[in-house]
Amino acid sequence: MTHIAFPPPDPAIIARRADIVAGLLAILPSECVISSENERRAYETDALTAYRRLPLAVVLPRSTEDVSAVLRYLHAEGVKVVPRGAGTSLSGGAIPQEDAVVVGVSKLNRILEVDYANRVARVQAGVTNLGVSDAIMGDGFFYAPDPSSQLACTVAGNIGMNSGGAHCLKHGVTTNHILGVRLVLIDGTVVDIGGAHMDAPGLDVLGLIVGHEGQLGIVTEATVRILRIAEGARPVLFGFDSSEEAGACVADIIGHGIVPVAMEFMDKLAIEITEAFAHAGYPLDVGAMLIVEVEGSDAEIDAQLLEITMIAQKHNVRTIRQSQSAMEAALIWKGRKSAFGATGRIADYICMDGTAPLGKLAFVLKRTDEIVAGFGLRVANVFHAGDGNMHPLIMYNVNDPAEQAKAEQAGNEILKVCVEAGGCLTGEHGVGIEKRDLMLFQFNQTDLDQQMRVRAVFDPRWLLNPAKVFPLDGRAA
Amino acid sequence: MLFSPASEGECAEIIEDCRRTGQTLDIQGGNTRAGLGRTAPADAILSTQNLTGVTLYEPAEMVFSARAGTPLRDIEAMLAEKNQILPFEPMDFRTLFGAAGEPTIGGVAATNSSGPRRIMSGAARDHLIGLRLVNGRGEIVKSGGRVMKNVTGLDLVKLNCGAFGTLGFLTEVTFKLLPAPRDSGALVFEGLDDASAIACLCAAMGSPFEVSGAAHLPLGVGEGRAQTVLRIEHFPASVNYRLDRLAHALASYGKPAHMDHAATTKLFADIRDCAPLAEPRERAIWKLSVAPTKGPEVIRTIAKSTEASWFYDWSGGLIWLAVPAQGDCSASGVRAAIAASGGHATLMRAPDAARAEIPVFQPLSAPLMKLTAGIKSSFDPDGVLNVGRMYAGI
Repeated sequence: MTHIAFPPPDPAIIARRADIVAGLLAILPSECVISSENERRAYETDALTAYRRLPLAVVLPRSTEDVSAVLRYLHAEGVKVVPRGAGTSLSGGAIPQEDAVVVGVSKLNRILEVDYANRVARVQAGVTNLGVSDAIMGDGFFYAPDPSSQLACTVAGNIGMNSGGAHCLKHGVTTNHILGVRLVLIDGTVVDIGGAHMDAPGLDVLGLIVGHEGQLGIVTEATVRILRIAEGARPVLFGFDSSEEAGACVADIIGHGIVPVAMEFMDKLAIEITEAFAHAGYPLDVGAMLIVEVEGSDAEIDAQLLEITMIAQKHNVRTIRQSQSAMEAALIWKGRKSAFGATGRIADYICMDGTAPLGKLAFVLKRTDEIVAGFGLRVANVFHAGDGNMHPLIMYNVNDPAEQAKAEQAGNEILKVCVEAGGCLTGEHGVGIEKRDLMLFQFNQTDLDQQMRVRAVFDPRWLLNPAKVFPLDGRAA
Repeated sequence: MLFSPASEGECAEIIEDCRRTGQTLDIQGGNTRAGLGRTAPADAILSTQNLTGVTLYEPAEMVFSARAGTPLRDIEAMLAEKNQILPFEPMDFRTLFGAAGEPTIGGVAATNSSGPRRIMSGAARDHLIGLRLVNGRGEIVKSGGRVMKNVTGLDLVKLNCGAFGTLGFLTEVTFKLLPAPRDSGALVFEGLDDASAIACLCAAMGSPFEVSGAAHLPLGVGEGRAQTVLRIEHFPASVNYRLDRLAHALASYGKPAHMDHAATTKLFADIRDCAPLAEPRERAIWKLSVAPTKGPEVIRTIAKSTEASWFYDWSGGLIWLAVPAQGDCSASGVRAAIAASGGHATLMRAPDAARAEIPVFQPLSAPLMKLTAGIKSSFDPDGVLNVGRMYAGI
């Protein structure tokens, strides 16, 4: 049982399926066009697996020219398009619909140019996030945004969702690292925006494209900023009796003028679940835990950690674990990085993504626990504390439709609390279909109408990823 | 005619009236950057002068919101009390224009104005996380918010940052902040030519020492010999450590002098405000954004056909260029050089007559121009707000 509505598929398009596939095969070689039902199944969902729709067809273009030709054809035929990176979206951003063709960028997987003097790399958009860093790490550089799915997710998907990651407290999110894109519009027009220089001229269309959720076009290439890796980095682990103390410690660290590279929070249940899986040596007798990482030379790290530890002591820290070696550091991170996977071993879960102001974190956490308990479910909290981006993992049984409904309802109520506290529905996962119908929690119709008018400049016929982001009711004519 | 609304609702009424009666509005904050952009005469002025005041400041969250007309000076004073800063070092245009007013925070947002630290910490557009505006339809629209991680809906915040008020009249802006560096210092290499200087700056930016300012003042622009300057901002012990390591790593460029905190602060304020080229005022000023290593070649090409002075910021990627304000103010030469190198050029200071004739902002490709016109129309369909300030008719 699913609760989020899809627009009814257009029967006229479905009836023309064979013709449309033939049209695509006239543009692309057969290995780039997926039309059999079995193979299309692989594209019916993304990481929001509770929802599935079999696409009309899937195409995997090899170049910007291919993408342009495909979009020109589909636009002329009035066929909807669902762009897809690696299909790791947690908000259903890449879930297709029966009357739409999926355009995947997975064959656009080359790094085109690395320019260390100017600190940029030009990449095809289907390159994986980690693929960018892997290509330059040997020379001491990295690409900063680091979503948890970075092994699989693509630069195209990161641009679509303006992805973040654990280290964006210091380095910022995707939009702060994209200097240029090659964008194919729905009618096949290719537009280059920005480049290897700062600040694209004219209106900041680049800023609009990052986070567009596949609504404005298909990005085939990007120029990204690359950064030099710090001399060293080291995490420290703090255990507190309560989430309140951990939250106050986070605020106090920032209040002291220190911006660590990362500050990650885990609550008691999250600690228990990950410890059972990862054996990272996490303290089981605490109510909340922080992992704080700082960068620099050894002496600089020592100085910063000393100051941070003194702040933590003011907030009654109970457990302090310094890492004395690279292995210990890796162990501290191992638990955090496997938290989602470890939770997935014991239950199905939905991962929420609201952001709350730091000052309201303790309140929002308390309300989260109460809301989920009210539905008779359990929740583990693992999130980026430095920026208030929360990830409550609401556990439920996917084979129990009533329980799924409860989990979704609890998630919606948590997001409402985030918005009411001054935060937002989504910090880094995107709206997708998951939060589409909640947009009026955060925006009024006038706000959304303005966004939709901007959207219509790029795609007046709503052919691009049309089931997403904007509530189906109240869409501008 | 001057409108000075004191509330957002009043702004909406004024703009709606103007739309109905076919009047156009010229948006004004502190009037310190009126010389920036195309000349765009309008029927009346819409001022933010009565829309002032900080509406939220949470030091522990590194965020504040303020009404658009709030003087930048007030905000910087408020942040200084809590040892925080606007990370992108907004430029003060008074040095360039000799204007008398007070820059406002709305003006900073509307012009996406960033200084030397942009190379490390990002631009104004990277720190503006929320805004409220009244569009040309007289509607109050909000985008973004007050939390630094927010991907909800299309990013109309960035779209309006640097839109010069052509899409909406900003009423309130929210920026994220950083702690003020506890100390700073700089290395100064002397006597390098442009090409070696840019290579030195790029090598420094590619080091792990987080250089937050990287500028080159050629012979005759700064004081004495050519100066190639690298700034580090950090804890005191780190500043010393990093400057030493950097000097060692860059030894092939010479033995640099060390600059203390006060001198570093003064020099980078001058670089931020384009002070080295501000006089004589008769000269036209261009701002070029290119990939850093392209800078020297771009300058060589331009200087072949005109008398020119220049200096580099942003590791060489930002070129401030002064040329005689005659004819097209070297527009054809500048734009031809940019066409070859990639990047863009903005005419930052020129007589009104020239700004009416010469494209002040980089001309856009046809598809991008079409999108730009469409976006303008989606916010301001009847052309009420700052029409023509960026591009003719937009």
